[in-house]
Amino acid sequence: MSALPVQARTLAGLAKGLKQREFSSVELTRTFLDRIASSQPVLNAFVTVTHDAALAAAAVADRRLERGEAPALTGVPIAHKDIFCTEGVLTTCGSKMLSNFVSPYDATVVTRLKEAGTVMLGKANMDEFAMGSSNETSHFGPVRNPWNTAMVPGGSSGGSAAAVAARLAPAATATDTGGSIRQPAALCGVTGIKPTYGRVSRYGMIAFASSLDQGGLITISAEDAALLLGAISGFDPRDSTSVEAPVPDYTATLADSLAGVRIGLVREFFDAGLDPRCEARIREALTVYEKLGATLVDVSCPNLPLSVPTYYVVAPAECSSNLARFDGVRFGHRCENPKSLVDLYRRSRGEGFGAEVKRRIMTGTYVLSAGYYDAYYLKAQRVRELISRDFAAAFGHCDVLVGPTSPTPAFPIGAKTADPITMYLNDIYTIGANLAGLPGMSIPCGFADGLPVGLQLVGPHFSEARMLNIAHRYQTETDWHLRVPAAFA
Amino acid sequence: MSLTRSDIDKIAHLARLELTEAEIPIYVDSLSRIIDFVGELDRAETQGITPMAHPLPGLAQRLRADVVLEIDQHERFQRNAPQVEAGLYLVPKVLE
Repeated sequence: MSALPVQARTLAGLAKGLKQREFSSVELTRTFLDRIASSQPVLNAFVTVTHDAALAAAAVADRRLERGEAPALTGVPIAHKDIFCTEGVLTTCGSKMLSNFVSPYDATVVTRLKEAGTVMLGKANMDEFAMGSSNETSHFGPVRNPWNTAMVPGGSSGGSAAAVAARLAPAATATDTGGSIRQPAALCGVTGIKPTYGRVSRYGMIAFASSLDQGGLITISAEDAALLLGAISGFDPRDSTSVEAPVPDYTATLADSLAGVRIGLVREFFDAGLDPRCEARIREALTVYEKLGATLVDVSCPNLPLSVPTYYVVAPAECSSNLARFDGVRFGHRCENPKSLVDLYRRSRGEGFGAEVKRRIMTGTYVLSAGYYDAYYLKAQRVRELISRDFAAAFGHCDVLVGPTSPTPAFPIGAKTADPITMYLNDIYTIGANLAGLPGMSIPCGFADGLPVGLQLVGPHFSEARMLNIAHRYQTETDWHLRVPAAFA
Repeated sequence: MSLTRSDIDKIAHLARLELTEAEIPIYVDSLSRIIDFVGELDRAETQGITPMAHPLPGLAQRLRADVVLEIDQHERFQRNAPQVEAGLYLVPKVLE
C-alpha cells in the first residue's frame, strides 16, 4: 500500500475522504504514523506515539464508517499536547517530574474528541509544564521548526505546531497561558485558536496558571478549527470555571460577509520591537481585509505595554501554588533515600523540575511571600484590570483587533536561552488576551526570508464564531495556510 | 533590586526546592533581573482600581450540589505512587 498524499488536504478534506470511502481510517492513520516515525529524529515533535492503539481505534472507526452511523470526525487522526491527561497513556507535561506518570483518566477535551470519533496518534512534545516560548525547556529535548530545523518552533505548544506544519497530524490540541497556541502557530505557519477563558474545560489539563490557562487547537485552516472547536467546547461540571453558555455551530457562519466589519489596529501592537518584515506581511493582510469589505480603525490600549511584567507576577504566583502538588508522595518523580519528609519534598522537586520551572516557582513564591504580596501580586492584579478595561474600550470602536502574533519570525535554537527576559518578550503581543480572558487566533499571512509570519486576531469574550469567520474569509483569498515545508511536501 | 544568596536560599526553602551549588548564582542573577523587570508595574497609576482575580468579569464562582459523585478508586490512583502499603502512601518518619 502506498502512502496517501495527506499533506495536500486539510482535516475537513480528510474527513470528507473518509466519509466517501476514498480511503480507510487505517490507511490514513498508518500514513500519519509513518510520517511521524520518519520525522521524529529530525523534528522530535512527539513524546509518545500510540501506534497500536491508534491502528486499533482506526479499525473501529472504519467499521462505524461502513455502517454509515458515524459522527463527522470519525476516523480522523489527531495529536494531543502532552499536557492533556490520556487514560492508560504516559502523560509527561514535558517534565522529568512526570516522566513516569500514566494517567488514570482522560481530560474532558480528550474524552470529547474521542466521542467525536477522532483517533489519537500520540502525545506532542512541549515546553516543560507549558513554561517556555521555544520548546527548549522540554525534558525530552527541543522540537525543531519544520521550515528550518535550525530554528525553534515556538512554544509552549511547539510539538503540536510542528506536527501540523509538517503534516504529521492534520490537527493537534494545544493550550495557551500567555501565547502558547498562537506564537508556535505563527512560527510554524499554521492556524491556532485560543478560545475565551472558560469556553473549553480545563479538567485533566495539567494546570500552570489557572486564571490564564485555556485549551484550544492548532490546525491547518480556520474551517478545521471550527469543526474541532465545536467538539471540545461547552460546559463541564468538572471544571468550576467552565462557562454555562450554549456552543454555536462554528462552521455555520464561516462564509459570512465581512462587509462593514470594523478591524481595530492597536497602536501598541505596532511598536519599535516589531520586525519590519513581519509588519510588512501584516499590512499586506490588512489590504486583503479591505478588499473583503472590512474597514480599519485605529485604537489604543495604553496599558498593554505592561502586560509582560503583569504576566510575570500573576503566572508565576499561580504556578508556585499549582505545582505544590508535585511532592514525591502521590505521583511523579521521587528522590532516592529521603532522610526526612522535607528532604523528600526538596530533593524530589529539585531533581524533577527543570531550570525554567524552578525559576517560575521561585518567582511566584517571592511575589506571594510576606511583605511582597501587596507590592507585586495585588499591584499586578490591579494593572490586569486596567489592561482588561483597555480592551473593553477598544471593542467599543471595532469588532476584532488585528496585528502581529509575534515580534519576529522563528529564531535559532539556543539564541534566547541565556536571558529569561529576552525569551519572555516573545509573548508581548499575545499575553494581553490571556490577562483579559479574550479569545485569540493566529493565521499564516506570508513569509519573512523563508520563515512563516502569523497574523493575530483578538475578539471580545465568546466571539469565536466571528473570529473564525474573519480568519476563514482571509483563507479563501490566500493560500499561505496550505503551504507545506519542502522537506515534508 | 538585587537579591542575595540568602534570599534565594530562603525562597528555595519556602518552595521546597533543593538547589545545587551551581544553580544558586544563576537564580540570584535571573530572579534579580525578573524582579527589576516586574518593578515596571510601579509606573501604572492604580489608585482605586479593584484587583482583578477572574478573567470573566461579573461571573461568580459556581458551586456544585453537595452530593457524592466520585466512587472510591484509590487503588487505581495509587498505581502512580512511588511507595504504597496497605492503601497508604509511605513517607519518611515524621514523628520520633
